[in-house]
Amino acid sequence: MRRAALLAATLVAASMAGGTARAEPDNYTEAARGRYLTVLGDCMACHIGPDGQSLAGGHLLETPFGKISVPNITPDNDTGIGRWTADDFHNAMHNGKRPDGTHLYPAFPYTSFTRMSRADNDAVLAYLRSRPAVENRVERDTLPFPFNIRLLMAGWNWLNFTPGEFRPDPQRSAEFNRGAYLVEGPGHCGLCHTPRNLIGGDRDSEHLQGGALQGWFAPNITADARLGIGDWSQEEIVAYLRTGHTDRTAASGPMAEVVAYSTSQMTEEDLKAIAIYLRERGAAAPPAPPAVSAEDPRMRAGEAVYADTCAACHVGNGSGVAGMFPRLANNQLVRQDDPTGILRVVLQGSRSVATPEAPTAPAMPSLGWRLNDQQAADVATYIRNSWGNAAPPVTPDQVRKMREVVADRPG
Amino acid sequence: MSRLPKKDVVIIGLGWTGSIMAHELAQAGLDVVAIERGPWRDTASDYNIGTAPDELRYAIRQDIFLRPAQETLTARNTPDQVALPIRKYGSFLPGNGVGGAGVHWNGHTWRFMPTDFNLRSHLVGRYGEGFLPEHSTIQDWPVSYDELEPHYDFFEKVCGISGKAGNLRGVTQAGGNPFEGWRSDEYPTPPLKPNLAQNLFHKAATELGLHPFPLPGANVSTAYTNPYGVRMAPCTYCGFCEWFGCANYSKSSPQTCVLPVLMRQTNFEARTLSEVTKINLAPDGKTATGVTYVDSAGREWEQPADLVLLCAYSLFNVRLLMLSGIGTQYDPATGKGTLGRNYAYQTNAGSLGYFDKDTHFNHFAGAGSLGMMADDFNGDVFDHGPHGFIGGANLACNSTNARPISSRVVPPGTPRWGARWKKATVETANHTANVGSQGSSYSYRDCYLDLDPTYKDPLGRPLMRMTFDFKENELKMSRFIVDRTAEVMQAMGAKQVVKNYKRGPWDVVPYQTTHNTGGAVMGNTPEDSVVNRYTQHWDVPNVFVSGACLFPQNAGYNPTGTVGALTYWALDAIKNRYLKNPGQPMVQA
Repeated sequence: MRRAALLAATLVAASMAGGTARAEPDNYTEAARGRYLTVLGDCMACHIGPDGQSLAGGHLLETPFGKISVPNITPDNDTGIGRWTADDFHNAMHNGKRPDGTHLYPAFPYTSFTRMSRADNDAVLAYLRSRPAVENRVERDTLPFPFNIRLLMAGWNWLNFTPGEFRPDPQRSAEFNRGAYLVEGPGHCGLCHTPRNLIGGDRDSEHLQGGALQGWFAPNITADARLGIGDWSQEEIVAYLRTGHTDRTAASGPMAEVVAYSTSQMTEEDLKAIAIYLRERGAAAPPAPPAVSAEDPRMRAGEAVYADTCAACHVGNGSGVAGMFPRLANNQLVRQDDPTGILRVVLQGSRSVATPEAPTAPAMPSLGWRLNDQQAADVATYIRNSWGNAAPPVTPDQVRKMREVVADRPG
Repeated sequence: MSRLPKKDVVIIGLGWTGSIMAHELAQAGLDVVAIERGPWRDTASDYNIGTAPDELRYAIRQDIFLRPAQETLTARNTPDQVALPIRKYGSFLPGNGVGGAGVHWNGHTWRFMPTDFNLRSHLVGRYGEGFLPEHSTIQDWPVSYDELEPHYDFFEKVCGISGKAGNLRGVTQAGGNPFEGWRSDEYPTPPLKPNLAQNLFHKAATELGLHPFPLPGANVSTAYTNPYGVRMAPCTYCGFCEWFGCANYSKSSPQTCVLPVLMRQTNFEARTLSEVTKINLAPDGKTATGVTYVDSAGREWEQPADLVLLCAYSLFNVRLLMLSGIGTQYDPATGKGTLGRNYAYQTNAGSLGYFDKDTHFNHFAGAGSLGMMADDFNGDVFDHGPHGFIGGANLACNSTNARPISSRVVPPGTPRWGARWKKATVETANHTANVGSQGSSYSYRDCYLDLDPTYKDPLGRPLMRMTFDFKENELKMSRFIVDRTAEVMQAMGAKQVVKNYKRGPWDVVPYQTTHNTGGAVMGNTPEDSVVNRYTQHWDVPNVFVSGACLFPQNAGYNPTGTVGALTYWALDAIKNRYLKNPGQPMVQA
């Protein structure tokens, strides 16, 4: 019986290879390298097709300027990138331009991918061409006026974009440089973790200091101990990226996708390199505000809500349960200046990521239906200012606004 | 009917045994499909901590249980009565949906005693054939405790069972159950923290010369990662355990222990809201070709498979064998036939103690498996000679819950409603405790299952008919046990003790227990059993049966621990022997 199953699997693989796939017989090495680069680049998170497996695109990516539909990058001639040459592909990755010379939007992170080498880009294309072509026509012009004028991007690029391959720093270790390449290049961490200026460009002076997006807040990942990863050991960062779960926290929201499609499939060496780079590249964060006094009425009210609603899982002293329920004491996520993350999770709930090493994927339940704005604000203030945490208090008005954000984004 | 592509394995029912079988066989490389008649259920979406502790929805309205409109049984006490359908489940509550009864159980996870497995030969050897009750059909199991031990151990590790060993490889351990069979390992997590009732019971039982120990339970006491890599969080003593899904990932269930890894396997598929109507046989009647099932749109499908695993609830496994014409129906008049034979239940009873106003039990800080036990009167631990009965029970002082609707103990004679009832509730409810028992239920010639001649289900198939009553041996045993529970209760300091003896006839209305056993029992010969010692059907070797329907009789324990052990025992045989020679019987009849 087992042999029959294996045979069936082989036949399926053979029939797929015999279809419209285009892998050249002699470029296995390049395609395999390209496959890993697509893992590093987390291509799947955005380009995932309606079948849930291919890179056939089609879903609408939320940006501050409207929704952008994600293109089909399978090698289909008519609806994908089947007719693209290696030069075309490199031009997109390196310069943010389509074969016809028009501009791509920076929701496609060419601002980071420009750090990748020509050889890398050729490898990615070799891999993409090895996959089956999937016919899936994607309507690309979904942005509202004036953002639908692609020519505007010429000006945007002039202000916000410097093309150029990654150059290692000879003063730093090979691991640091590898980490820098991964984070700033294919990994495009800054797309979420760096705050944006008014026109959506990186605020370079605040690189990796945390940014709001899609109703979430991607936290500071500089080496700052209070808000960033400065208090995380190298092992903790590696474990987080590999499994999505540590004693301190669990990946959810957009980061759950990053872990599922990208970091959980990276090599241990690359995860270490990322950890080394993030820990060594420096700390940057605003100064800590004073903690709200435990005697403050908001704190007292919040403590009561916490005991009633949160303590069963997160425990009275905020210690959480290792690998299951995040620790709230000394947790950088809950004390970001911007309370979007904690409010999103309290109001809407969230499912953590399942990975091969941590398959359980516990969920935070939605509590928005049973906490009013004042209660949600108070419990958030309490969590953000207890057990050694300190962060600006949360107002009922922030909760009210967050409810609107959540209403537009069903969980 | 549409015929689907063939699978290596089709599993009927995705509860405890189905999910374990599916995971292990998919891991072994087989292409597996499980067909489950109820809905998909998982902790994150269905047992949200904000909504899970809802007594009205789950305990009173029985939200996650099987609806009698979908399937019920007819019941009677004796073969000369006309059986009538159970129109509202009461005495027992079958589960429904993915996870089955493994979602709503309390989690008491026992190993049967070594002498429970060679029961008949042991009792005859010690007391003589004449000591057995009239018409008793008890028999030895075809497996020994020693053979099951590694499988008990692994199931406990998959579940993260909390408890304290009393016998590690033959060496008695302080604090555990000195009467248990030998264990190769300590429990995976330590015992739950006792509440006041457990502490009083422990002290009283010790003073009476008994040997108290913490209840082994499927409520993990610490954060735990099982051998499959699935994680659990410590029990919070929320008091919403039995009849509820656990929202804290603390109660062992298919959801918390197996499904997270099973669902990641690409060679496994679960089809929910699809009811298997029949196991199909080849014309020679000796090989199953797969199953037929009906989906929620009423469409009928044939799912061919090489191996058919019956993993539904024990009663429904028996019924599906009957409806599929597999095996020979048992006839109590002649004693011939095996299918439906040796149905047994559980004999539970106990004492209620009323304490003074300063004794606050706070059972609301409870857990399904929070209890203190004593096994001094279980199995054949004590000499039955002077007592004139066989069997026994464990004594149990549990704090499972004090939920607001149903846990309002008031003194006898109190009105059922109104101001006096409210006053009595306040004065009494938190000052009472119970010492109960989980008693054996042995098999008899006229306690059995067959198809009802009159009543049918919505698909036109006959309902199963249950013929059962508590016999004098069991009632006598239980009276003896209840007297023991009352002695302990007295020693705990109750100012008033009410003994609640088990009385016949068996009644389908009040909830008693969902421990229905037998009907497709395992044995050494096709004359006294439906399946062989590897749970393989005697007549159709590519059909295996799981669950408590395999028990030749029921012991003084909850069945799930033994059901889990038998599942891994059968898997060991399937993976290491059957698959090397598929379609062949592993025991020659």
